[in-house]
Amino acid sequence: MELNELLAIAKQERSQAKPVQIRCCTAAGCLSGNAEGVKHELEAGIKAEGLEKDVEVSGVGCMRLCCQGPLVQVDTPAGSKLYEKVTTQDAFAIIEALDGGKTHISEIDLSQPFFSYQKPIVLENSGKIDPEKIQAYIAAKGYQALYHVLREMTPGEVVESISHSGLRGRGGAGYPTGVKWATVAKAKSDRKFVICNADEGDPGAFMDRSVLESDPHRVLEGMAIAAYAVGANQGYIYVRAEYPVAIRRLQTAIHQAQRLGLLGSQIFESPFDFKIDIRIGAGAYVCGEETALMASIEGKRGLPHPRPPYPAESGLWGHPTLINNVETFANIAPIIRNGADWFASIGTEKSKGTKVFALAGKIRNTGLIEVPMGTSLRQIVEEMGGGVPDGGTAKAVQTGGPSGGCIPASAFDTPVDYESLTNLGSMMGSGGMIVMDDSTNMVDVARFFMEFCMDESCGKCIPCRVGTVQMHGLLTKLMQGKATQADLALLEELCDMVKNTSLCGLGQSAPNPVLSTLRYFRQEYVELIQEYLELIKD
Amino acid sequence: MTVKTLTINGQLVSASEEETLLDAAQAAGIHIPTLCHLEGVGDVGACRLCLVEIAGSVKLQPACVTKVNEGMEVYTNSDRLQKYRRTIVEMLFAEGNHICSVCVANGNCELQDLAIEMGMDHVRLDYHFPNRKVDVSHNRFGIDHNRCVLCTRCVRVCDEIEGAHTWDMAGRGTNSHVITDLSQPWGTSQTCTSCGKCVNACPTGAIFYQGSSVGEMKHHREKLDFLVTAREKQQWNF
Repeated sequence: MELNELLAIAKQERSQAKPVQIRCCTAAGCLSGNAEGVKHELEAGIKAEGLEKDVEVSGVGCMRLCCQGPLVQVDTPAGSKLYEKVTTQDAFAIIEALDGGKTHISEIDLSQPFFSYQKPIVLENSGKIDPEKIQAYIAAKGYQALYHVLREMTPGEVVESISHSGLRGRGGAGYPTGVKWATVAKAKSDRKFVICNADEGDPGAFMDRSVLESDPHRVLEGMAIAAYAVGANQGYIYVRAEYPVAIRRLQTAIHQAQRLGLLGSQIFESPFDFKIDIRIGAGAYVCGEETALMASIEGKRGLPHPRPPYPAESGLWGHPTLINNVETFANIAPIIRNGADWFASIGTEKSKGTKVFALAGKIRNTGLIEVPMGTSLRQIVEEMGGGVPDGGTAKAVQTGGPSGGCIPASAFDTPVDYESLTNLGSMMGSGGMIVMDDSTNMVDVARFFMEFCMDESCGKCIPCRVGTVQMHGLLTKLMQGKATQADLALLEELCDMVKNTSLCGLGQSAPNPVLSTLRYFRQEYVELIQEYLELIKD
Repeated sequence: MTVKTLTINGQLVSASEEETLLDAAQAAGIHIPTLCHLEGVGDVGACRLCLVEIAGSVKLQPACVTKVNEGMEVYTNSDRLQKYRRTIVEMLFAEGNHICSVCVANGNCELQDLAIEMGMDHVRLDYHFPNRKVDVSHNRFGIDHNRCVLCTRCVRVCDEIEGAHTWDMAGRGTNSHVITDLSQPWGTSQTCTSCGKCVNACPTGAIFYQGSSVGEMKHHREKLDFLVTAREKQQWNF
């Protein structure tokens, strides 16, 4: 494959585009609302009406506003309409209204803050292209960055470009991606590996899932660029088994890319070979931790081991390994295409680019958002999210999953970036954002996350295995109104101990939901204790 | 082989670059408590008892898997570390049913030794009182899961020294437990060679010789050392 062939595919794809496009969201959320059925009905309707020449029905990735799914977007030369909660019975009405007529189906206002505040980089193709069609990705400038990298850049220049962009790992910790790539590139070994961590498992988080379901080729392209930069020839995507649609689309994408010579040997007629295989996780949260993930790929029990040595030095089967999150890889192609300076101009001083969040909880608009770093929590929760329904007020927002914490409404003016969230006692995490209203008891929230950590602890190290059970027991005791001041003191002591002595990130961060709720909502803990004191006084 | 110099608790210590902090400390006569560590088999850094403070690093590091480095300043016995260690031992006591008075290893048990060393006169945590099984299907040995601290010494000794890999782990979190073969009764195991290395490796009374009564069991750890020396250095005498 040469560049002109790639451009020819893109040109042909664009020239075949029909004037009217009907796009059905076929990401997991809408699929669960029978989006597949809606798509079939639309296709059948178009056929019955004899409109096939002018109208194309396609399945696309996530269109963001998941709470209103299934979503169907109609693009005509006259303009775009986004229909919400579309049922199979609505298909006929949509077809009838193609000429601009009115329908009974409610439309979504595309100019509301939920959409207008977004800045799609990672999600630029999401909801626009068919994720199961490589031609659609190529028509959206796909694989051009890979060509540019393989034919016109040295691996060192690629690493330099990523470093210069200021991209930081989107898996949560925010480690500078360029530094990680440079470390693996410098490691001396005859074999190196690239791993895409798609084991997203935080409660309320579905960013990586959406990216994989909506635009899988973007991840493959990012991985290939990374592999070239660090000198790897084999890649693995470790994806959880709970994501069957993502797995299927990734498999399709890999086959398509291989058939066109965009993966495999001598990509773009260059000496660079790169193969990607999928490894399906069996559903253990700890396997999102990099050392446990690699043990699982190796076919061993998914247990973490102490670092150092870091994967960059000794990873899969002892070879240097680059491991990045889905969203990190999804940022690579746009950085190469538009330049490091362009990326570095977006976001805040220390956190560049955008971040995808899965907005969920007690909020009007739930779904997927991609906003520039530095957007305030208030803008996200109140303007984009539309606030709490039924006149409630937002009390806190939980970010970063079980490793993160709860941020109180009083801190909603904080700009979202790695440092500010850490300063608030929470973290960026992979991007889950759960809004809680006044009716939420924060001790119960802490207990929920502790239960999750307790269930998902691998059991290898004692502080995490036993500590989470003990902390969960104390939180339950509090909720039952049977705890005393001594129990609270013990809970705090265990938080400190588990945080500082656990083997891996899961245990080290397990106390965070307790610590952050204690920091901002201590009164709720104290009230539960006082209730008990009054009870035994009587 | 390069030699590194470092300080442990202010004491100047030298060690070869391949050595761990635990090796270096032991050689210098500095005691660091351990539980999952066993001379002769690989380390896993799981029990977290050997965590030490290293100047310039916020994180505590397990001495058993941390290699020595030039100029390292290590502290093994700060108040904070002692507090954490005591809590770890308390957690172990709360997790299983460790009743010394009816245990074959009473007086010859590393968990008991640790509790004494930590000055653990009572457990502040809630006991779990788990419903765990006892497997005495093997004609010479038995395992009481109530006394297991999940150190995986048996797993490693069976895999790395005997080469049988009869033992392994199953379950996760608080449901973790050691298993023989495909989680079948020990007595029906096709791979077990009945060598008894796991019995000698076990720090508590979890894996025992059948027929020993309370407080009778002795662990012969030197046998494991002997085997490793024999295999690695071809020396058959101590």
